[in-house]
Amino acid sequence: MKNLLILGGGTAGSIAANKLRRRLPTDRWAVTVVDSDDDHRYQPGFLFVPFGTYRPDQVTRSRRRYLSGDVDLVYARIERVVPDEHVVELSDGRRLPYDALIIASGVTPRPDQTPGLLGEEWGRTIHEFYTYDGSVALARALSTWPGGRLVTSVVEMPIKCPVAPLEFAFLADSHFQERGIRDRVELTYVTPLPGAFTKPIAAKAFGSTLSDKGIDVEPDFMLMEVDPERRVLVSYDEREVPYDLLVVVPVNMGADFVAASGLGNELNLVPVDKQTLQSKAHPDVFALGDANDIPTSKAGSVAHFAIDVFVENFVEYATGRPMTHAFDGHANCFIETGHGKAMLIDFNYDTEPLPGRFPVAGLGPMSLLKQTRLNHLGKLAFEWIYWNVLLPGRPLPLPADMSLAGKRTDLLTTARS
Amino acid sequence: MPTTTIAGRKVSVDDDGFMTEFDEWDEDTAVALASSIGIELTAEHWKAIRFARNDYRSQGQTPSIRRASTVGGMDTKSLFALFSGRPATKMAYIAGLPKPADGS
Repeated sequence: MKNLLILGGGTAGSIAANKLRRRLPTDRWAVTVVDSDDDHRYQPGFLFVPFGTYRPDQVTRSRRRYLSGDVDLVYARIERVVPDEHVVELSDGRRLPYDALIIASGVTPRPDQTPGLLGEEWGRTIHEFYTYDGSVALARALSTWPGGRLVTSVVEMPIKCPVAPLEFAFLADSHFQERGIRDRVELTYVTPLPGAFTKPIAAKAFGSTLSDKGIDVEPDFMLMEVDPERRVLVSYDEREVPYDLLVVVPVNMGADFVAASGLGNELNLVPVDKQTLQSKAHPDVFALGDANDIPTSKAGSVAHFAIDVFVENFVEYATGRPMTHAFDGHANCFIETGHGKAMLIDFNYDTEPLPGRFPVAGLGPMSLLKQTRLNHLGKLAFEWIYWNVLLPGRPLPLPADMSLAGKRTDLLTTARS
Repeated sequence: MPTTTIAGRKVSVDDDGFMTEFDEWDEDTAVALASSIGIELTAEHWKAIRFARNDYRSQGQTPSIRRASTVGGMDTKSLFALFSGRPATKMAYIAGLPKPADGS
């Protein structure tokens, strides 16, 4: 009997476990997931918790319940991987041998990496919304906040769901309008990027949405430290941005055990081949979801599309054949823009997000890079799809490869000039 | 792919003026590229440029500022002073490397 070990039972780990369990013969392969607890968080929900549109108890379900009965789940902390011995060491002293290893331990916000974030003001005037505790604390702070300067700050790229901080700023604008205090709130969006997003055409669209909503942008701002007493952000080139309430997206890093195992880069991300997700250092190690270093967005949609391709490859790998499928970097993200509307983007390694219709060329019904009510309904419906279609690994009627049909490719040459 | 003349030699560049052929670069091109964006190269600049070239050769991608500081041992704040405003981008430009990935 061979062992497939999956480290991490979040989005990528659960989808991979459920899909591979169906594809690998049960008398030949055991599939085991390791995670420290049973709390599977619906991470897209964290964005809505601060504004009271999602209740905190809506975002958590049982990991065990969303893993196939034939998948073993081990609750433990991971100490390190010993690739040369093909063993994973757990902090309780157990050693789990593997024939193939999938690292799906994601990334975590690390406020400890920026001086001035963690301290007395953490959870008071300084917040984040990428964790359960963070989004709940921010909900409390926002509900009674009287107004002032609200600064949304991205510390460093890459981050999980790179559109989420934009969505936060858009939703804050509509939240304060609904509370009737928008005129008492100054909104600023601080980013290390030269514009609102990583890709030029979408950056333009998001940039004009920010300015339409009266949100100031401070681009090219690499945050060096926060001075919690003077309430200012200080950049490496000595610019300052003042705040009354700071909502920060801290540096995102892969798991510490990845670094301890010598498997990570400078952000503890596992370097992999971007088409097969196989470790560049160890052929029996793969990294799925946010844990790897592929040059596309860290997002659940990427994990899902990538795993569609990965599963086909792994079935070949498991029977000693060469892997013949290649992931194209496909990502698909809804962007909440407030007032019951949302935008949608669809892109891959080679093609940036473009306007157009999705998923059917000319017909849609979704519109790309345009604020519509239907996109917002799509984002809300996605929660049901996540638990009932994506995690169980059921087929979604969307191909893994990105399609150019329906996209305004004519914009590609004009936008760059 | 467009070409341009830098330090008296024809080199291939992308639409933003970043060199596209690793081996077309030499120290004279670096001096010319730097001066075109108002930078006069000092020993500290050269340390950063050499790190960027070596790292690209081994990793196949342009290093980020974090990489220059954690792997290359350079001080982030000094990099901002050396290559004012956008150190990763300017460092890549002068070192003849592709524009850095912005982390998507």
